[in-house]
Amino acid sequence: MNHSHATDKLMVELRDLNKWYGEFHVLKNINLEVKQGEKIVICGPSGSGKSTMIRCINHLEEHQKGDIIVNDIPLNEDIKNIEAIRKDVGMVFQHFNLFPHLTVLENCVLAPIWVKKMPRKEAEAQAMELLERVKIPDQALKYPGQLSGGQQQRVAIARSLCMNPDVMLFDEPTSALDPEMIKEVLDVMIELANEGMTMLCVTHEMGFAKTVADRVIFMDGGQIVEENEPHEFFNNPQHERTQLFLSQILQH
Amino acid sequence: MKYEIQPTLPPPSSMIGVVGWLRKNLFNGPTNSVATIVVGYFLISFLVPTIQWIFIDSDWVGTSRDACTSGGACWVFIANRLDQFLYGFYPETEHWRPQLAFIIMIGSIIWLVLPQTPKKGLVAILLLVVYPIIAYFLLYGDVFGLPQVETHLWGGLTLTLVLAVVGIVASLPLGIVLALGRQSDMPIVKSVCVTFIEIWRGVPLITVLFMASVMLPLFFPEGMSFDKLLRALIGITLFQSAYMAEVIRGGLQAIPKGQYEAADALGLGYWQKMILVIMPQALKLMIPGIVNTFIALFKDTSLVLIIGLFDVLAIGQAANQDPDWIGYSTESYLFIALLFWVFCFSMSRYSQHLEKKLHTGHGNRA
Ligand SMILES: Nc1ncnc2c1ncn2[C@@H]1O[C@H](COP(=O)(O)OP(=O)(O)O)[C@@H](O)[C@H]1O
Ligand SMILES: [Mg+2]
Repeated sequence: MNHSHATDKLMVELRDLNKWYGEFHVLKNINLEVKQGEKIVICGPSGSGKSTMIRCINHLEEHQKGDIIVNDIPLNEDIKNIEAIRKDVGMVFQHFNLFPHLTVLENCVLAPIWVKKMPRKEAEAQAMELLERVKIPDQALKYPGQLSGGQQQRVAIARSLCMNPDVMLFDEPTSALDPEMIKEVLDVMIELANEGMTMLCVTHEMGFAKTVADRVIFMDGGQIVEENEPHEFFNNPQHERTQLFLSQILQH
Repeated sequence: MKYEIQPTLPPPSSMIGVVGWLRKNLFNGPTNSVATIVVGYFLISFLVPTIQWIFIDSDWVGTSRDACTSGGACWVFIANRLDQFLYGFYPETEHWRPQLAFIIMIGSIIWLVLPQTPKKGLVAILLLVVYPIIAYFLLYGDVFGLPQVETHLWGGLTLTLVLAVVGIVASLPLGIVLALGRQSDMPIVKSVCVTFIEIWRGVPLITVLFMASVMLPLFFPEGMSFDKLLRALIGITLFQSAYMAEVIRGGLQAIPKGQYEAADALGLGYWQKMILVIMPQALKLMIPGIVNTFIALFKDTSLVLIIGLFDVLAIGQAANQDPDWIGYSTESYLFIALLFWVFCFSMSRYSQHLEKKLHTGHGNRA
């Protein structure tokens, strides 16, 4: 169905990752290897730790035990490493988190100009190219508040891509959208996947998982319960918990 | 049922016109009508004599109190003292210097307020950074052949404006730093800022000014004199920056966490995140609070009279003691109140204007 772009290079490695919120053990011994070009879909019930896990990868959350290695850079206390990893990792949020005081174009050029020290002209040219790719170049001079949810999310994807990331993290990118706007965002993500981007997506869009995922991961209670390629995952789930979850989700 | 397009009709006549307005707003039921009549009666019986006293029965021209014969306000007193009200004891031949400083300030503010003028950002930065330096040399002199005017001669409205402008310009950045420090993850930075803010907020400004004028010199080596105005300025600035810090903290807390996270995820550093993403949004929310603080500061400057600085209120009080003009203190207090009101009201209007301008059409707070 989908041809994998995976190479042998490891892009993201989580080794025995553990995290606590105070006393609450939210991530328990997570082990995950993502190769360059691989597409991983992560699903699981609300509160199972999906967001926490992918937010650890770019250090929006701090982990207490275990190792995270991104693009050969170990994520540790060294602020240089954190900065380097954030340059390589793009993230798309459920609520878009565009900067409301800046135009679409300014949202897109902010990080390239200030983090990568790219000349403004070059940054703007690149941003326009990416806005074309997400099919909203005509909105470049508008403010985020003037766009629909689907358009805002596509801008958010373009904004991340402007940093030329090696990995993209998506945290439920379509779950705050009205149903008629989900497809336009998924289409952009599918295109991105077909171009060979390494992706970790938390999503419950099972159609998307079937189309692009190399592997689907099911999390529950802060653990990875099951991990399989999509066909097997959906047709032949191994664990009872997975079966229950799938039956609930596929009902609709 | 058959659907047809309904015609648009004018509103019923009882809603429009003067009569409609009166009906709706003033005589809407018996209670409102009685209230309108009672309040109207008191307003008229107070306003009519006041207006008569201020404008109709008043005297405006003359050189001494003998000119005041009409029984109303004696504005001759203010007119004769106007130079002192505006410039204190600043030498008369040098009055053009505070005038020029004032004109530059008002000119740049008008530049910022008018909708079509270009390069507003540049003008704002010049006003906040370069202007205070120019104004200092202009007022103090001793450079470019300008004769020196010692600060103890500064007074009146000039001094009030110096205190207010310096307080405003200096307390804003200091307040921002304190507010950021209070949010910091570093325990030492955080506790220093919290302590600083809470100490200054817990002390009345009068005490601060007394300490600045009486106690501060005790900490300096003997013989080292330290300008009294400068001490007052430091006191006022530190005091106001603590208040400013709390206003700014409120604004920072109103920015959604997602904005910080998006900036972090894009790789922006702490200062880039704060200056490019968080502060521009937070300042917008903080405008009413900041201007409130400015207005409070502007009025509080009049407290410097207790440490012997002659701001416009102190000048007024001194003028009231003049044996030639005994009995006209109402006029001087009214005049001073009017001066304060004009500046505070302008600030308030400007803040409303800014708020409106900054809130046009992009209110996405997700
Ligand atoms: N900042 C936090 N402090 C304390 N508990 C948190 C925090 N963020 C998330 N949690 C808890 O951690 C668990 C996992 O959260 P999350 O990763 O957001 O789940 P998911 O994304 O799978 O819905 C939940 O039980 C949630 O209540
Ligand atoms: Mg989540």
